[in-house]
Amino acid sequence: MIRVLGATTRDEVLAVLDTVMDPEVPVLSVRELGIVRDVLVDDRDGVTVVVTPTYSGCPAIQVIEHDILAALEHAGFANAKVRTTYSPPWTTDWIPESARAKLKAYGIAPPGHRDDGGGLVQLLRARQAPPCPYCDSRETEIRSEFGSTACKSVCWCRSCRQPFEEFKAI
Amino acid sequence: MTSPAPSIVPVPRQKPNALFEYLLRLGDDRLILGHRLSEWCGHGPILEEDIALANVSLDLLGQATIFLRMAGELEGQGRNEDALAYFRDAVEFRNCQLVELPKGDFAFTIARQFLFDVYDVVLLDALASSANSQLAAVAAKSLKEARYHVRHSGEWMLKLGDGTDESHRRVQTALDSLWRFTAELFAADDVDSELSASGVAPDLASLQPKWESLVREVLDRATLTTPAGLPRPARTRGGRSGAHTEHLGHLLAEMQIVARSHPGATW
Repeated sequence: MIRVLGATTRDEVLAVLDTVMDPEVPVLSVRELGIVRDVLVDDRDGVTVVVTPTYSGCPAIQVIEHDILAALEHAGFANAKVRTTYSPPWTTDWIPESARAKLKAYGIAPPGHRDDGGGLVQLLRARQAPPCPYCDSRETEIRSEFGSTACKSVCWCRSCRQPFEEFKAI
Repeated sequence: MTSPAPSIVPVPRQKPNALFEYLLRLGDDRLILGHRLSEWCGHGPILEEDIALANVSLDLLGQATIFLRMAGELEGQGRNEDALAYFRDAVEFRNCQLVELPKGDFAFTIARQFLFDVYDVVLLDALASSANSQLAAVAAKSLKEARYHVRHSGEWMLKLGDGTDESHRRVQTALDSLWRFTAELFAADDVDSELSASGVAPDLASLQPKWESLVREVLDRATLTTPAGLPRPARTRGGRSGAHTEHLGHLLAEMQIVARSHPGATW
C-alpha cells in the first residue's frame, strides 16, 4: 500500500506514532515521552519524524528510530525518515499528566519538579525522594540516582518495605 | 610530464581549524573518562555503585559520540565518530591528562570524577550560551546530565572524606596526587583564545575561580584539605596538544583492538 500524501497525512502519522511504545518503558508511547518533537510532511521529501534523545547515551534511541520507521512502513509510509534534534533539550516536563498516571500504575514513580535551582553543584542529600507509587507513602528514600536505565533512579519505601523506581526529573 | 622533484622545504603545517580542535577536546575528554569508568563495570564496590559508574560512563560516551560526530562533519573528510574514536593514535587525542590516569581505587576514581564533574558543569553552563547554536544545544543537554553526575560524585566526596579514617586517608591521598592535573583544564591556548574571542567558547581562565570555590565548598564540608595553592595553568605541552601520559596508549590499545582487528565489521 502506497499512501498519497495529503492534508490529513500529518494526523495519520501522529496516530501511528501513538502506537510506538518506548522499549524501556513500554507503557508510554514515544509521543507521550516527548521524544517525537515534530512531523514534517512534504510532497518532495515525504514524511520526516523529528525526534530528540532523552539522554545523550540512551541506547534505546536506535531501537526507537527503527520502531518508528517500521510502524510507518507498516502503515504505508514507505520512505519516512527520522531526523534528530538536540534543541530544546529533552525534559520530563513534556510528559503529560495522563502519561504520569500510567507510569505510576506501572510501578514507576513519575518525575517530580526539576531542581535546576540552587547552584551548579547540588548534593544528593538535598534532594527529596518521591512518594511510593504502590502505597503513596512519603516515608521513602533514594537509594541510588542510577538504576536499570539512564532515566530511572532506585528508591525504597519504608512503609510498604518495597524498592521502587523513580523516573528522574531532568 | 615529469613529476616535480620532492621538495626539501617542509610543507608548513596547516593551522588546525579551531572549532574542530575544540570539538575533539570536548569529545575526547568524555570518551576517555567514559572508558575509564567503564572499567568498573562488574568490579564496583557495591552493586549500586557498579550501576552508577556504568550509567555515568554511558552518558559521557553518548556525549562523546555527539561531539566527535560534529567534529567529523565539520572536518568533511568522511570521518565519523567511530573513525575518530578507533582510528586515531595517542598523539592525535586531545583529552586532558586528568581523564586518562588509571582508575586507581574507588576513592581515586571518585575524586577524579568530582574534580572533572565540577569543571564540566561550569564549562557546560557557559557553553550553553555559545554563539554556535549547535554547540550551545548539545552543551545545554549535556549540562542536565553533568548536574546529576556532580551530585553523585560530590555526595561520595562527603561520605568518603567525612567517613572512616581509612576512607578519609584514601580520598585525601587521591586529591593530593590529582591536584596538579587540574591546571591543564584552565590553560588556554590559541584554540581557546580564538574561540572565546568569537563568543563560541568561554574564557577558560574566567572559569577557574568559579570551579575552585565550588570544589572548596564541598571539600570543606567533607573535612578534606584542599591542596595548597591554586594550580597554575600548565606551561608545558599537555593533552590538548597531543602530549599524554604513558597511560593513554595502554587504554587505547584495549579500546581500539577490536575495531582495528576487524575494520568495517558490523553486527
